[in-house]
Amino acid sequence: MPENDFFRVEGLTKRFGGLTALDKLTFSVEKGMLFSIIGPNGAGKSTLFNCINSLYRPDEGKVWFRGKEITGLNPHRIAAAGIGRTFQNIELFANMTTMENLMLGRHLHMKTGLFGAAMMFHRRSRAAREEMVHRERVERIIDLLELQASRDKFVSQLPYGTRKVVELGRALAAEPELLLLDEPAAGLNNEEKEDLIFWIQDIRREFGITILMIEHNMQLVQDVSDRILAINFGKMITEGEPDEVVNHPEVMKAYLGG
Amino acid sequence: MISQIILSGLAIGSVYALMALAMSITYKASEIPNFAQGEMAMISTYIAYVLLVVQGISFFWAFIFALLFALVLGLALEFVFIRRAKEPNLLNLIIITLGFQMMLYGLAGWKWGADQRRLRMPFSETETYDLGGGVVVSQLGLATIGTAVVLMLIIWLFLRFTKLGLAMKASQQNAMAARINGIRTNRILSLSFGISSVVGAIAGMMVAPVTTLDPGMMWDPLLKGFAAAVLGGLTSLGGVVVGGYLLGVIENLFGFYISLEFKSVVAFLIIVIVLYVRPSGLFGRHYVRKV
Repeated sequence: MPENDFFRVEGLTKRFGGLTALDKLTFSVEKGMLFSIIGPNGAGKSTLFNCINSLYRPDEGKVWFRGKEITGLNPHRIAAAGIGRTFQNIELFANMTTMENLMLGRHLHMKTGLFGAAMMFHRRSRAAREEMVHRERVERIIDLLELQASRDKFVSQLPYGTRKVVELGRALAAEPELLLLDEPAAGLNNEEKEDLIFWIQDIRREFGITILMIEHNMQLVQDVSDRILAINFGKMITEGEPDEVVNHPEVMKAYLGG
Repeated sequence: MISQIILSGLAIGSVYALMALAMSITYKASEIPNFAQGEMAMISTYIAYVLLVVQGISFFWAFIFALLFALVLGLALEFVFIRRAKEPNLLNLIIITLGFQMMLYGLAGWKWGADQRRLRMPFSETETYDLGGGVVVSQLGLATIGTAVVLMLIIWLFLRFTKLGLAMKASQQNAMAARINGIRTNRILSLSFGISSVVGAIAGMMVAPVTTLDPGMMWDPLLKGFAAAVLGGLTSLGGVVVGGYLLGVIENLFGFYISLEFKSVVAFLIIVIVLYVRPSGLFGRHYVRKV
């Protein structure tokens, strides 16, 4: 029963003209799990995320989250339901500071409207208290991800690795229950990759977030995942424990081209 | 003498600045130069006229209702026309705004005719204040400058300090990221059209008492506003305001020292020069998006 799963994708299909990017993909993720999706370039991994977020409309199939069907809802409603995300190519607000980007992650939780903001005369007003709650949350994330040095810098001036972390921070600021990470390690150097592994573990421990991750780096995937789904040409190859999946003959074939 | 010319330039510059601001708000949100901006302002001004002169409502309420009408008109343009576009590429959307402009122009001509009417304001054009040194400003001129400054201040505060303002900024910089962070980007787009329509309507109500009220009244302010926006840099709200005032002053100086006949040409000369020398305008920035 899909209602009982924390997150479930059922028969998801997406076609672009003659190309079938996702072909009747089905899997489910339990709460608290780190579930990774691997597959060669063009296997349909990012398309899957875009269908979950409703940036694309799937042609067939359903997505269930916490007992409710969320297929085809507007992206902002998916965000409001508790699904956060980072992108492979980093989608930040480049002409804002790190702090502003993280505060935008809090957007969903902000209640103060036009009138309330105009009435923010003293520190104990409702709007001011709300602002402080948001700032505290954001500061906690800044501490956790060690972003203090980039706090007030414009994102466009930050190095690539730091921008990836800022994007992760923005997704966390929204307090999602499910976090979609699209190739978090891509373009990072070895040291940054190690930091990333620690952070992912920290995030799970501190916030109890369920993570769905696309990743190419096999070492990282093996180290942190609870379960792995391998796909190619939009179809499932296999799903299971990290060791089984990595040593699966078809997975090796897809990766080594043998 | 020269300070007098500059002051008059600032008064008309306020109108250009507001039109430029209106254009720039929608442009930043959607990259569409809205060619219906002028006619939307014109229709809103007619609404104020009808309420004020025909219905005999007080100036304050006529002004408020006209602005509400302008807001609805702006929302309607986005919601009814822009959003329905099947393949919304930029050119199609620009042509939609042109179509909307023609519709409104035709509507106004049919309803009110081509007669030139007068929109009476509670501010007089002949009552003047002496600012010392022979510089005088009319009551209307003062009201125009004052209204524009107050309005710009309100817009700045709105964009800088409210949740909606932040959401607008975010949607402009990265619509996709804004959506996955829970911002309803199409509402933000509607809102941008609504706000810019209100700003335009205020400009319209400031122009009408100086010139006349007729269906073609916003042609000149729109083109000047567009020139001001290009001069200031379409993507910088502060920049287009400076562009507006600058254009008003340059135009007036040109009219006095060089040729009154060719005064109107200055704006177009400026467009051409800016596009040759500094295409992104004085304060504009080109955002290059990496793929």
